[in-house]
Amino acid sequence: MTTQTLDLANATDGYRRLLARRAWLLGLLGTALVCAILVDLASGPSGMGLLALLDGILHPSHLSATDQVIIWNVRLPYALMAVLVGCALSLAGAEMQAILNNPLASPFTLGVSSAAALGASLVIVFPVTTLWVSANTAISLSAFIFAAASVFLLQAMSRLRGAGVESLVLFGIALVFSCNAVVALLQLVATEDVLQQLVFWTLGSVTRANWDKLGILALVVAVVLPFSFAAAPRLTLLRMGEDRAQSFGVDVKRLRFFSLLRISLLSATAVAFVGTIGFIGLVGPHIARILVGEDQRFLLPASALTGALLLSLSSIASKLIMPGVIVPVGIVTALVGVPIFVVLVFKRGRQL
Amino acid sequence: MSEGLSVHNAQVSYGRRQIVHDLSLPTLPHGSLTALIGPNGAGKSTLLRAVAGLEKMQGVVRLGDLDLSAMSVAERARRVTYMPQNLPPGLSLSVMESVIAALRVANVEGIPLSSDACLREAFDALQRIGIAHLADQLLSTLSGGQRQLVSLAQLIARRPQVMLLDEPTSALDLNYQLKVMDCVRDLVREHNLIAVVVLHDINLAARFADHIAVLRQGRLYASGAADDVLNPLLFAEVYRVRARIERCSQHTVQVLVDGAF
Repeated sequence: MTTQTLDLANATDGYRRLLARRAWLLGLLGTALVCAILVDLASGPSGMGLLALLDGILHPSHLSATDQVIIWNVRLPYALMAVLVGCALSLAGAEMQAILNNPLASPFTLGVSSAAALGASLVIVFPVTTLWVSANTAISLSAFIFAAASVFLLQAMSRLRGAGVESLVLFGIALVFSCNAVVALLQLVATEDVLQQLVFWTLGSVTRANWDKLGILALVVAVVLPFSFAAAPRLTLLRMGEDRAQSFGVDVKRLRFFSLLRISLLSATAVAFVGTIGFIGLVGPHIARILVGEDQRFLLPASALTGALLLSLSSIASKLIMPGVIVPVGIVTALVGVPIFVVLVFKRGRQL
Repeated sequence: MSEGLSVHNAQVSYGRRQIVHDLSLPTLPHGSLTALIGPNGAGKSTLLRAVAGLEKMQGVVRLGDLDLSAMSVAERARRVTYMPQNLPPGLSLSVMESVIAALRVANVEGIPLSSDACLREAFDALQRIGIAHLADQLLSTLSGGQRQLVSLAQLIARRPQVMLLDEPTSALDLNYQLKVMDCVRDLVREHNLIAVVVLHDINLAARFADHIAVLRQGRLYASGAADDVLNPLLFAEVYRVRARIERCSQHTVQVLVDGAF
């Protein structure tokens, strides 16, 4: 009996240590994110340092009008947009990987980003102007509608009888190619300056940020996060097999439906505001998984933090690559994301 | 009303193809282990999944006075647990976490959800299976046999009345085939459970099962104790092989297969 209680104490300790380590890693990620945001705020073509910037925020009277504009219209919205978009895309990717049981699932690889690009391109080439929607809003709105529609198309596919997880992924890839083909066609017929707009839109960039967009995206993330975290235990069980989860009382269809709803809200809003930003939704969850493991109670927040951190770092890099120019951050994430992804694949091998 | 698990007039179809035809099983009492055997495509796994509530079926599944087939997924899951063929490899979850996850996901009657209680229940389940020493290991570092035992621990932690196991031994080496089946039989005896196990290995079925149900082409071909059911005619008709049934020196039934027809 004594040895038994001792064993229980051992196992309990082991488990608690594991939880503590994961919580500690989450804290570390959070700290790293805060540091990245500060560096992101402090870097930019104008050369304004962090101290000057903080001083300017606390005492607006110390600043010239130009500096005010730099802080409130450039530095802050860009930095915060990078954080929110990274968080949204990575969380969406983590949920997608869980419900589709596929490590290659992400808003980018399953065509949500491409669909958004198509929606935006259509409105850029055939402008819709009404009294109550400005041209830019119409572009974002159309991108959102197309992105959300693509997720629901994926959803409808998953409900077809006999459509397994593999066919869903193949369908997503087909969606990527068809959307890209139509976008290419639009580029072919577009005039010179429309073409430039099209290309710029397909290269995701946080320079499209403004406070309205930030507000909407923050609201979406804030609303989705609690539901996402509440579904975490069921998602963990789903990772151990659909039949197992269902036989333990999880309504798998319902779980998938609401998860896809969250994914479409997160990824469609993010992509609609900043354009195509690839690999964050794929690489973020993978790095998080290496850090905290498969327990979705930790994996989902860790994915959100990792995604935010990655995009924040990419945003810093996008200002440093070419002095004086802000390179679209979508290019940076693709350049950095691909090698990271290849390393992940080789390091984890079949376990991925 | 009779105690135990019974299946009446089960019919399961995939699209237009009917897999299980109007199949009834006699009442399987508490404390008994039943093996479902039969050739590939006989409908063993489909029947098991239907009883677990994973396939739509016509017919009635009763547990004592309760009509399981009329229950919701969550309601049924409190009494009946199902174990798929394997736990996916490569998950970085600790053994303890995976069992706690099985407890947390839906409330199991009589087990409070506080983290202390979950921990105790999970550890208790690991101990009953005899794998408490693996508690801190990651699933990705375990062998197939060890993962199968973890899978059993997940089931038993939920304190089910019925365990449905789909080919629990199919990918295992000899040692773990026996370990897993020993474990299942002990659980059935100790906790007065009803276990239904799909098995491919007839010698394992003869050795561990109290009751064998033989399926052929979606219908029940024979059912009863190993001694009564297993005979050369059955092997000829169901499996299309020539076979002898012998008793070895330790009095266990051994099926010796001489060749295919």
